[in-house]
Amino acid sequence: MHAAVVVFPGSNCDRDLAVAFEAAGAQVTKVWHKDTDLPEGVDIIGIPGGFSFGDYLRCGAIAANSPICRSVAAHAERGGYVIGICNGFQVLTETGLLPGALLRNAGLKYICKTVALKVETSASAFTEGYTAGDTISIPIAHHDGNYFADDETIARLQGEDRVAFTYEDTPNGAKADIAGILSSNRRVLGMMPHPERAADAGHGGTDGQALFRALTGALAAV
Amino acid sequence: MKARVHVMLKNGVLDPQGEAVRHALGAMGFEGINGVRQGKVIELDLAEGTTEADVSAMCEKLLANTVIESYSVEIS
Repeated sequence: MHAAVVVFPGSNCDRDLAVAFEAAGAQVTKVWHKDTDLPEGVDIIGIPGGFSFGDYLRCGAIAANSPICRSVAAHAERGGYVIGICNGFQVLTETGLLPGALLRNAGLKYICKTVALKVETSASAFTEGYTAGDTISIPIAHHDGNYFADDETIARLQGEDRVAFTYEDTPNGAKADIAGILSSNRRVLGMMPHPERAADAGHGGTDGQALFRALTGALAAV
Repeated sequence: MKARVHVMLKNGVLDPQGEAVRHALGAMGFEGINGVRQGKVIELDLAEGTTEADVSAMCEKLLANTVIESYSVEIS
């Protein structure tokens, strides 16, 4: 299984994401934002957390218009897998690969802590290592993690079983407690919490491992 | 030529920064402030001949996220 991790100026979770993929058995290539092509045979693209382009204008807005994002969109349109974490989630909403937008946290504060997430669906390559209804502990670290979409979009996400994770105690004001969502073909996941920061015993928790293991296992089986 | 783009969060989208400013103004003793919305202004210095439609395209593609924000353009 071959994963590509995109690096923007300001990405700071790219190495952690690459290590989590490698620990789950993937071969990883890092890709610079100015590159226009992805490596041959990439199965999944990871858009890491951080502060791409300093969060100038809006989080993820400038990154979403970088050359590599045209290839990311083409990969997704072909049915390829993409995961965006934290700033990566913001980038995926800005590219239009996922609906909605991420607003400033309702409490106006940057929040960095481990939170309880409810797994809403196991019906995706990302979440099939969990059971729907499971509670897992995953760290968050964001200032703009307040998920917003209009009521119609929220209802569609819920009706199509596309809410991947919700917060048990919403820290940021996110609508419908949403922490992560799937694309309509269930092959693009965006989430604010950081599973790559809970993928090794040294992190103080390993609840994120199942996501990467399921992904590599599921993709190896494709 | 110059263009000035005003970007605001749409009505109905919670503006926590605006709310914080409203609370602060109230705490300072200013009365009768029913709401505060905080947006941003982007000034563009453009080549002659750039049209309002060009600036609108810039807004749609980058300067505003139309899921949550509205924008208006002033050309001078």
